[in-house]
Amino acid sequence: MSLAHSTATILAKELRTEFRSRELLGTTIVFVLIVIVLFSFTFDPTSSESRRFGPGLLWLSFLFAGSLMLQPSFLREQTNDTLAALRLAPIDPFSILAGKMAANFLFLLLVELILLPVFAVMYNTAILPVLPELVLVLALGTIGLATTGTVFSAVSAQARLRELLLPLLLLPVLAPVLIASTEATAAILRDPSELSRVWVTFLVAFDVIFLTATWLVGEYLLEE
Amino acid sequence: MAAPHASLPNVGPNGSSNGGLQISYSGIEKRYGMRMALRGVSLEIEAGECVALVGHNGSGKTTLLKITALLARPSGGQISFSSGTSPLSTGDVKHRIGMVAHHTLVYDELTAEENLVFFAKLFDLPDPVARARQSLAPVGLARRADDLVRTFSRGMRQRLAIARALLASPQLLLFDEPAAGLDPEGQQWLGATLANLHAGGCTIVMSTHGRNETQGSVTRAIRLEGGEVTHDSGPKGDPYGVLAMAAVRETAEGDAR
Repeated sequence: MSLAHSTATILAKELRTEFRSRELLGTTIVFVLIVIVLFSFTFDPTSSESRRFGPGLLWLSFLFAGSLMLQPSFLREQTNDTLAALRLAPIDPFSILAGKMAANFLFLLLVELILLPVFAVMYNTAILPVLPELVLVLALGTIGLATTGTVFSAVSAQARLRELLLPLLLLPVLAPVLIASTEATAAILRDPSELSRVWVTFLVAFDVIFLTATWLVGEYLLEE
Repeated sequence: MAAPHASLPNVGPNGSSNGGLQISYSGIEKRYGMRMALRGVSLEIEAGECVALVGHNGSGKTTLLKITALLARPSGGQISFSSGTSPLSTGDVKHRIGMVAHHTLVYDELTAEENLVFFAKLFDLPDPVARARQSLAPVGLARRADDLVRTFSRGMRQRLAIARALLASPQLLLFDEPAAGLDPEGQQWLGATLANLHAGGCTIVMSTHGRNETQGSVTRAIRLEGGEVTHDSGPKGDPYGVLAMAAVRETAEGDAR
């Protein structure tokens, strides 16, 4: 079976189980909504203040969403040891990670796109004129978040204190993505708006490097 | 729910009549940190044998099954598989192994049919939907095909687990305590299913505790203690001596506790 086919099969299963229960999406959207609203109370939401702090707070909210949403990615597979069932199948082990990364990317992007208008209203920021650039940066940052988060979810799922371990592992590794995404978003929301080639290239490079590394060591990450 | 009829045709859609796999273990060792789970296990299992692994908890049965299923790498030694006279690569072997483990290895949030369709796709089987439906009937779950697995009883889950393991008509079936949690009726059904698979030529390796209905087809019994093989009835010997001894020891250990 080809890598693309098995990845698509696992992605379809992930989407089906999540949209059937809506546990993760519902909880994460409510949580990040509360975070965005609470952050908005901490400073005066004039346009200039928002441009200064808004992008950082936005990506911090998405990071919280990621650490909440990515944790169950592999924990769910432990309920009936279904990870063993996946590993028994004659497929490339990377496709298990790739299917889950793709699902996590879509879930996170959906949460971000739902919360973006709320952010625009609460932080008095015009996002419509710069929406394509903003979606590009969101997508690149979210690929980094979903890729690293899925890998560390796989690693931490087999450890003791796994609930604590994922944020501890994830936050330091994601610091470069957080900085690059925040800087790129800030440049887009600045007046005049600009798509920062430096930060966008950095995000692309991070995504490519992390995906390649995962492909190379994927088999070992899933072993007991 | 009534148990499906015991005199089943081969449970897999295509039966398991492709002949069994031969397994060769040579000095298998497995270490988990400082603990040695297996200490130099060397065995030859012939095609079509039905082998019972017995021994108390922690004796290494599950670890040996996991290594056989390629779910764990041995820390030392080698395992190899062959079909007829041809040695098989890891990729080839995975297509030919079915496993029923401690857990059911199926998704509670999916229906019985969705589970089997998903795994049929991963095994690249032709017409996964038809294959899934064919597999549900012999295990008595055809009428519950569209129900979520989380609504199933333990016995029904175990039947679905067996249907999943048999989806790709494996040549080697691994069972980790298959009778655990089953009522006497379920054990009887499982015993009949194992007999049926064994008659189809499939190699079966299972870990088992005490005496139960699943041991009717056993042709060889191997006792593990502290990760070592202490008794092996051999392919031509009487397995029931080893099984009876294991049952007596387990009873004695249970009484002592």
